[in-house]
Amino acid sequence: MTEGEAAPPADSDAPEAAAPAALAQWTKSDRQIRREADLRRRARRSTSIATASTIVVATAVVVAVTASPGWPRVQEAFFNPSQFAAAFPDVWRGFLLNVKIFLIAELLILIIGLVVALVRTLRSPVFFPLRAAAVFYTDVFRGIPTILLIYLIGFGIPALELQGAPNDPVTLGIIALVLSYGAYVAEVFRSGIESVHPSQRAAARSLALSHGQTMRYVVVPQAVRRVIPPLLNDFVSLQKDTALVSVLGPLEALRQASIHASSTFNYAPYLCAALLFIALTVPMARLTDHLAARTARRQMAGGHL
Amino acid sequence: MSLLTVEGVWKNYHHHSVLRGIDLEVAPHEVVCLIGASGSGKSTLLRCVNLLETIDDGAIYLDGSDITEVRTDPDDVRRRIGMVFQSYNLFPHMTVLDNVTLAPRKVHKTRPDQAEAEARELLARFGLADKADEYPDRLSGGQQQRVAIVRSLATQPRLLLLDEVTSALDPTLVTEVLAVIRELKDAGMTMIIATHEMGFARDIADTVCFLEGGVLLEHGSPEQIFTTPAHPRTRGFLQRVLDADRL
Repeated sequence: MTEGEAAPPADSDAPEAAAPAALAQWTKSDRQIRREADLRRRARRSTSIATASTIVVATAVVVAVTASPGWPRVQEAFFNPSQFAAAFPDVWRGFLLNVKIFLIAELLILIIGLVVALVRTLRSPVFFPLRAAAVFYTDVFRGIPTILLIYLIGFGIPALELQGAPNDPVTLGIIALVLSYGAYVAEVFRSGIESVHPSQRAAARSLALSHGQTMRYVVVPQAVRRVIPPLLNDFVSLQKDTALVSVLGPLEALRQASIHASSTFNYAPYLCAALLFIALTVPMARLTDHLAARTARRQMAGGHL
Repeated sequence: MSLLTVEGVWKNYHHHSVLRGIDLEVAPHEVVCLIGASGSGKSTLLRCVNLLETIDDGAIYLDGSDITEVRTDPDDVRRRIGMVFQSYNLFPHMTVLDNVTLAPRKVHKTRPDQAEAEARELLARFGLADKADEYPDRLSGGQQQRVAIVRSLATQPRLLLLDEVTSALDPTLVTEVLAVIRELKDAGMTMIIATHEMGFARDIADTVCFLEGGVLLEHGSPEQIFTTPAHPRTRGFLQRVLDADRL
């Protein structure tokens, strides 16, 4: 007991007495310097191992592919630079159409998704038909493969010969994509809305905000912030699915590539289209990762969303 | 005439009755404290008064009109009643000022500049003037709860319901919230307070009600309940609280 009182560890008592001063005077102990040197040595070793194993794997893949019996033919068919260059302007022009389809569809999908999700939160019996329609819509359109839906809409609607019905393949393709992705995005929004804690709703209702006002000012703003990463993920998928519209005939990237490919029997134009899609989706994927990481960080810090 | 009358209110959850025929009268400017163990029905009673829960039997009258009648507009009732929750429930995506002015602007259609001026005045009154533009997560629990109280006051309610508002707080932060409630009492606010703070209840209440198993077993002045409780179960509860304090 006397020992404990006589010789308290100096550093445990010091902060009590003069905390800011003690912090300011901190110099790294030898133990910490040794620990950090150790950590640096380990980090260097991890980097060298990672580099070495990447080189080994990459070499093995290249050797295996180029040593395969069919390689010369594949090289000629897919990696022919002159064919690539010849097809690029057309494929690029087609790709701009993909981007246009994507941008228009994305906007409409966000609107339809949010509306369907909100309709599903309505509780009043008056809205039963609307609610039932929303459930029916998400069930049906999530169930149909996108390419099948593009065929059905793209060839079905013009066949009806309705007055005023669109028959332009790009418009029909956009409608099909919007119907298909709208169902997914509605479910993403709905899960976001349901993830907002009921106590938030109780607080808003206790202030006499109506259901609509509670949704608009309290629930949806929090829900949208939470679902941004999964939404972007769906949009990465939508970007490449714009190529499916090619089955209806508009001159988008995949169509242009296949026109070139069928006239020259060379597949380099496909590679060209693929690279353009990658160039669009990779930045989007990185943005998604970045936003997801930021959300996680904020939640860890207990921050507001 | 009493401001609020609760008459034979029952509330069931899955064949289990949480409230079993509660009767309660609250006069204007009266402060009623509800005490009792967790699960005794205090919170449920407050949520029923605010129509966040639908009652299964009985009636509740506010200013003489039956608010549990089927045709009542719940939003009209809630415009006259403020509620503060145990876990503050501030809106995390809004600043303190927006939290406070949301209901005045959107429900009571106050002009935004007027709503802001009134909110800043209220915040200043409760020592939160410099927090108006902060987000809730930058505030301590005590500050958040004071903001929640200010938010419920901004619509000038006739009655304030406080649901264990200090239970989520660090003991050192409890006093700042209790001081706010005391100030409200001095200003004449009618309040129903569910609480575990017996000393506070004794100090601030005009009437103390003891609930157990969904039954209002006993009510009376604080002196009567805390010094000469009539019901043996009230005595038992207070004894347990005392024992817990001694530990």
